[in-house]
Amino acid sequence: MNPVNYLYLAALLFTIGATGVLIRRNAIVVFMCVELMLNACNLAFVTFSRLHGNLDGQVIAFFTMVVAAAEVVVGLAIIVSLFRTRHSASVDDASLMKL
Amino acid sequence: MSAQLAAYTTSTGEAFQFWVLGTVAVIGALCTVFMRKAVHSALSLAGTMIVLAVFYLANGAYFLGVVQIVVYTGAIMMLFLFVVMLVGVTAADSLKETIRGQRLLALLCGVGFGVLLLAGIANASLKDFAGTGQANANGNVEGLAALIFTKYVFAFEITGALLITAAVGAMVLTHRERTERARTQRELAEQRVREGKHVPPLPAPGVYARHNAVDIAGLLPDGTPSELTVSRTLRERGQIRDVSTQAINDLRALEQRSEDRLERTPIEPETFKRPEEASK
Repeated sequence: MNPVNYLYLAALLFTIGATGVLIRRNAIVVFMCVELMLNACNLAFVTFSRLHGNLDGQVIAFFTMVVAAAEVVVGLAIIVSLFRTRHSASVDDASLMKL
Repeated sequence: MSAQLAAYTTSTGEAFQFWVLGTVAVIGALCTVFMRKAVHSALSLAGTMIVLAVFYLANGAYFLGVVQIVVYTGAIMMLFLFVVMLVGVTAADSLKETIRGQRLLALLCGVGFGVLLLAGIANASLKDFAGTGQANANGNVEGLAALIFTKYVFAFEITGALLITAAVGAMVLTHRERTERARTQRELAEQRVREGKHVPPLPAPGVYARHNAVDIAGLLPDGTPSELTVSRTLRERGQIRDVSTQAINDLRALEQRSEDRLERTPIEPETFKRPEEASK
């Protein structure tokens, strides 16, 4: 097996995540799909690190994880405060600028 | 290991692992997207992330593999589950389309994007995999540390600022400052009397001698359930069980059983056919 297959898998997972973001309307599930896309990118970075034979790709994947953690914290806080005001986690209901 | 990682093709064991676990990862990703309940999506995503951690380990990223399990499946997914529980586990996504044709178009876009991405990778010349054996010679964690604290030290410092900002932001977003004094019990009682509605305590849930669960609305004298008896949280989630029709259903089942026991043939509408059907 060629290690390029890891890249194909990463592309497939990214596509599934992107489709999920477009299809789903529950804000939490949309957020999970974003996480799936981030993870697919990480897999691609790690595979590129193996391709080039240095650890730069792994460092970038590490930074991606840190940014993803920060993003999850803020995103979930936004979802919780949205749910408090609207009593719904559907992205369709958050259609007004002012809460 | 390093010889295998450097090779053009992987070992048979890694290939087997890839095909088995890759299938699991794709199925988990699809379940994440298509499961109706958010809890099921979260669990599927956790499975996919664990599989990805195994792939990191197989690719020579030992530190990242462990971090993936600890941070992603351990911390982030549990945070997701907490929020799912806060928002309501049973709140299933409605499957009604609000924009006509949106789902079909989204699927089409996704397939097109995937085909482009896969074709791009297929066209790239990714022949020689150098492998991480050379880079991991002094240990994977030591190698990463050397890079992070020399070449990427500025990005690492910025990361600290980002994490602090995110923590403060989350606290600001979810914390609600009390702007006015909490009303005492006496003030609440006075307000209740002044408004004139529900002066006594709210009625208790449950139907006496039948059910006493908190999610069952008490019945009014005319047999209709009263929503006032169920707590506000359950009411807003729509988790009220209605047992007002149960008595009639029990009676109907009892009549059915007694008819079966007495071997009475129910009066079928066959004998009362309409004239036009009987003539056929």
